[in-house]
Amino acid sequence: MKEFTYVITDPEGIHARPAGLLVKAAKEFSCDIKIAKAGKAMNCKAIFGIMGLGVKKGEEVTLTFDGADEDAAYETVSRFMQENL
Amino acid sequence: MRIYDGKSVFGGIAIGRIHVYKKGEQQVSRRRIEDADVELCRYEEAKAEAIRQLAELHDKALREIGEANAAIFEMHQIMLDDEDYNGSVENIVRSQMVNAEYAVATTGDNFSQMFAAMEDDYMRERAADVKDISERLIAALSGQEHGHAATEEPSIIVADDLAPSETVQLDKNLVLSFVTAQGSTNSHTAILARTMAIPALVSTSGLPLDDTVDGKMGIVDGTNGVFYVDPDEETLGAMRANQREEAEKQGLLLTLKGKENVTLDGQKLMLYANIGNIKDLATVLQNDAGGIGLFRSEFIYLEKDRFPTEEEQFQIYKQVAETMAGKRVIIRTLDIGADKQCDYFEMEKEENPALGCRAIRICLTRPEIFKTQLRALFRASAFGKIAIMYPMITSVSEVRRIKEIAEEVKEELREQGVLFGEPEQGVMIETPAAVMVSDMLAPEVDFFSIGTNDLTQYTLAIDRQNTKLDDFYDPHHPAVLRMISMVVENAHKAGIWAGICGELGADQTLTREFLAMGVDELSVSPGSILPIRKIVIETNVEEYRSKTRS
Repeated sequence: MKEFTYVITDPEGIHARPAGLLVKAAKEFSCDIKIAKAGKAMNCKAIFGIMGLGVKKGEEVTLTFDGADEDAAYETVSRFMQENL
Repeated sequence: MRIYDGKSVFGGIAIGRIHVYKKGEQQVSRRRIEDADVELCRYEEAKAEAIRQLAELHDKALREIGEANAAIFEMHQIMLDDEDYNGSVENIVRSQMVNAEYAVATTGDNFSQMFAAMEDDYMRERAADVKDISERLIAALSGQEHGHAATEEPSIIVADDLAPSETVQLDKNLVLSFVTAQGSTNSHTAILARTMAIPALVSTSGLPLDDTVDGKMGIVDGTNGVFYVDPDEETLGAMRANQREEAEKQGLLLTLKGKENVTLDGQKLMLYANIGNIKDLATVLQNDAGGIGLFRSEFIYLEKDRFPTEEEQFQIYKQVAETMAGKRVIIRTLDIGADKQCDYFEMEKEENPALGCRAIRICLTRPEIFKTQLRALFRASAFGKIAIMYPMITSVSEVRRIKEIAEEVKEELREQGVLFGEPEQGVMIETPAAVMVSDMLAPEVDFFSIGTNDLTQYTLAIDRQNTKLDDFYDPHHPAVLRMISMVVENAHKAGIWAGICGELGADQTLTREFLAMGVDELSVSPGSILPIRKIVIETNVEEYRSKTRS
């Protein structure tokens, strides 16, 4: 399992559009990907759950990757976070 | 006759039959099923159909109302693919052995409640998206079309509120006007009405949505924000006359669209638009502005309760530059102070704010605020033809100081390897001091823009907010007109252009005079562009000059 922690810098936080793009990125992989804020973990392949976390600017999220292609998923998704959020 | 008041989002008059738009709110009944797999198969088909509809809507919206408004349909497609949402539907179907419609309705309710309970305003509004996709699914399951208004003749659409997908699906040729009970002037309906340039009202209080209204005659007076149901003959007659007059005027002006602003004897004028908010961009384009002559950047500051970040500003400037697609966009740096105050600037109380610490004076005493804005502006310049304009200048040394700071900003961006462009830089001439040294200022800058509101107030020593002085206030005072003439002359001597961005620029009784003075640019409210163009193309400047100057 791999893990990645990130503090959101986008002023709008994870709103609908980036959440949708994050889901798109996560769905490229078969491994289990979760996104968690303050101990509450959500499926990173489902937009409503991510939006439901209501992540705002300055808040920390932790992503976990678990499965066969976790290394590649970690690469792609962490890069997506850094570039877009 | 019944009369209702609403908030106008676009002016003009619409007269026609009222069509009350009812949501396709199907009564969903709970039905027991025999085979969950068959039911889920139906669900998958309905989902595929809904996604196909959304892709179509996305394309349609892209063509009609632009990418920013179309993005929502892409979002809805991703939402329909949500694993949790679909998982919940499947779970309900299998565990309760019920029909898919019921499972979708229940899931939709649960998910929209989750959003409705969130703290953030933005997230709360997303409950409407969940409802919208759930209704679309239910419609697809029952073989109906989602949110389709069955009008056959052009009608006034009356509704409680319209979801974005509903407004996009309406046949635009059959919509005379929108009147909604809910919605704000920034809602999708409002944006759409402005893009379509049809009269529309939102937040109409007491609006009836039943059969007592459906099919009746109605009048929407978008200019005054009034909706008449079942108007009497007298009102109808007056409004018809009004509408005819308006149509004639509009028709005439539309023939002016796409025409060059050139006088009979070949003198050209740049006709630009003044805007105070990014929302005004649509009307700028509709009225065929050659560019933006005054973008009042302070709205970005006034809308916030803290300093806007470089990134926030950059995104706004970039959007304007890109939307104007290569046309000049003159952005005035922050003009806070005097009558425009922002708490978080923590300005000291002043005896005389109009003569106090305002505009460029704040920027030069607090360069960190100024630099953030300049960085955003220089970066956005890489995406279009941005020009920066500095307000409240009184001396050459101020301009030199500004240029030094601008150079520092560029150097920093270069060192950090951040992409930026080279915007034109000009100053506003709005103090008598700047007028008197305009010959010295001209070689320092790329252009002049005369701010007649402040210039008049400072020249005549009259506070414009003080209505008791109205009798003394003469906007056509020869002192002001002579100053404008002098500024234009000094600009031309140095080979730069000079324009007017104050209210006087839109004064149609002065357009010929400005042409005679050699004014190169007028920046006016979007609605004034075409009427002024009409004057320009009908004017012979030489003839006017010889008649008025002997």
